Amino acid sequence: MSGAAGIQRQRRARLTRRLRFLGLCAMLVLALCALILSLGQSFTPPATVLRVLGGEAVPGAGFTVLQLRLPRAVVGALAGLSFGMGGAAFQTLLRNPLASPDIIGISAGASAAAVFAITVLGLAGLPVAVVAVTAGLGIALLIYLLSWRQGVAGARLILVGIGLSGMMQSLTAYMLSQAESWTLQAAMRWMTGSLNGVQLEQALPLLAALAICGGVLLIAAPALEVMRMGDETAAGLGVRTGAVRAAVVVAAVGLVAVATAMVGPVAFVAFLSGPIAARMTGRDGSLLLPAALVGAVLVLTADYAGQFWLPARYPVGIVTGVLGAPYLLFLIIRSNRTGGGL
Amino acid sequence: MTGTRTQSRRAMLGIAALVLLTAMLSVGLGARGVALADILSALQGQVETIGQAAVAARIPRTLMALLAGAALGLAGAAMQGVTRNPLADPGLLGVNAGAALAIVIGIAWFNIDSAALYIGTAVLGAGGAGIIVYLIAALGAGGATPLKLALSGAAVTAALVSFTTAVVLPRADIGGLVQSWLVGGVGGATFSQITPVLPALVLGGVIVLASPRRLNLLALGEEAATGLGESVAVARAMSAGGAILLCGATTAACGPIGFVGLVVPHACRAILGGDYRRVLPASALTGAALLTGADVLGRLVARPSEIDVGIVTALIGGPVFIWIVRRGRVAAL
Repeated sequence: MSGAAGIQRQRRARLTRRLRFLGLCAMLVLALCALILSLGQSFTPPATVLRVLGGEAVPGAGFTVLQLRLPRAVVGALAGLSFGMGGAAFQTLLRNPLASPDIIGISAGASAAAVFAITVLGLAGLPVAVVAVTAGLGIALLIYLLSWRQGVAGARLILVGIGLSGMMQSLTAYMLSQAESWTLQAAMRWMTGSLNGVQLEQALPLLAALAICGGVLLIAAPALEVMRMGDETAAGLGVRTGAVRAAVVVAAVGLVAVATAMVGPVAFVAFLSGPIAARMTGRDGSLLLPAALVGAVLVLTADYAGQFWLPARYPVGIVTGVLGAPYLLFLIIRSNRTGGGL
Repeated sequence: MTGTRTQSRRAMLGIAALVLLTAMLSVGLGARGVALADILSALQGQVETIGQAAVAARIPRTLMALLAGAALGLAGAAMQGVTRNPLADPGLLGVNAGAALAIVIGIAWFNIDSAALYIGTAVLGAGGAGIIVYLIAALGAGGATPLKLALSGAAVTAALVSFTTAVVLPRADIGGLVQSWLVGGVGGATFSQITPVLPALVLGGVIVLASPRRLNLLALGEEAATGLGESVAVARAMSAGGAILLCGATTAACGPIGFVGLVVPHACRAILGGDYRRVLPASALTGAALLTGADVLGRLVARPSEIDVGIVTALIGGPVFIWIVRRGRVAAL
């Protein structure tokens, strides 16, 4: 294999692999949605589901499909997309799989802000998302400033993030314990993330965030890829690194914070999606879109498993929390073996 | 020499005075204001007025805070010495979360109900979690760096908390317990809760307080310690075992309280230098003062309600953690 022809063939092979993965993930998301819509506590035939979705009033199935299952599938998928894409954007920008928003405290901050907005300010709906995004951006800025010391070292940034995360979680726990109607369900949502009792209206802020922030991220993706080679190289190639970095941080925080305001900080989805996508696509080209789809698959699968495959009904965050921790440990162990990274 | 000795003696006296002061504040101040006369008569055992009853309830609470603080401060100092890692803390190393999970499993699956069994299970869980976190961080080349230790602690804690919730969720009868295992506090402590943990606290305290020589040698590095005739493995196991006993018993009594074990030894080293003969007793006293003071603060700032002391310590300790990280000497010690 020689010269340009060989390179081109390789490139085409990689592209095919990537497209095949994207197609596979998208189909998996749709299949999961179909499963969630038709098979819950009871079975609803797909034909009936389609009739209900088509607007027909089907006695018995209408309520189950439209009120119970559809919001779960739609909000779960959208939140998964947001977590996956936001997480991968952070990991790519900071060139470290550990620098995902759920590990460095951005999700915990957004969650604390959402709880504050709901229990103290008495807000609901879109304003909660606005407060969460503002707080997420504030936390991101704070982490950056606090870990600044003649440059931002990866290790310091992650450690500062872990410290802030601990503080935010105890604030959330305090506000929840003070709330007048303290329920385990509500606490679960804001401590680990849950899709229990979601409404279809909650899909709207998520859609808006995906359209705006997701759009910005996908536009910035090529520049972000160039920046993986190092800021100086990227600048030499004509990338305005400062502008790209600011845009990516704001957009990624926006995605993660809106998703957190809707379903809570679903543990480890933002952290897991990027590395899984990288493994499956072979780390060629931008990870943002593959990671988003992996995030949706993760949330939908974990939520379904938590509802029906386990002895009791568990919120999605418990399932992803138990799944994600071994992977984080694996990452720590592997980085020790190779001697680099951390 | 004599200069530093007088200085450190003075510092110790100062810390002891601080313990006394916070204890007095803890008995005297609370959500309800009580007149001095009532406080004094309550201390003599009278519980006729509401004020006297409130003060009488604050006495075991204060004792619990003093004991838990001393235990956590001592355990933190021992853990930082054993792991030679400035970010070691029972909360960050997953030890508290391990104790919480073990107790919840014991209650849900094995119906344990005696205080002694609570403490035994908690110590087992604490030890298991601490060892797992440390081993994972220490795997491979490079050893247990602060970053790897903090990360593996965070990962294991997340998994343990998820498991704890997973155990409790299907059990409506013990569902209310979840909250108390998410946030630690000393409110509502009674003498009957304190007595069963005392033996474990005393044993752990004696083991750790007897180990300053070992910790000093470990601080020189493994090779130096071995060269001086100390078995590194035995030294580590003894001190770590004492620390785990202290943490497990404290968590069994008060729930998970983080950051005390992190902050206190740093403060003590800054004042008294690195000699564990001084750092260990000072950490016990400072821990007692810090936890009691934090509990008083939690009672005063949110009147008429209260903030659990576990939340106050996290809010105080988080910034200190970040300050230690920023100082950039995380690799040293």
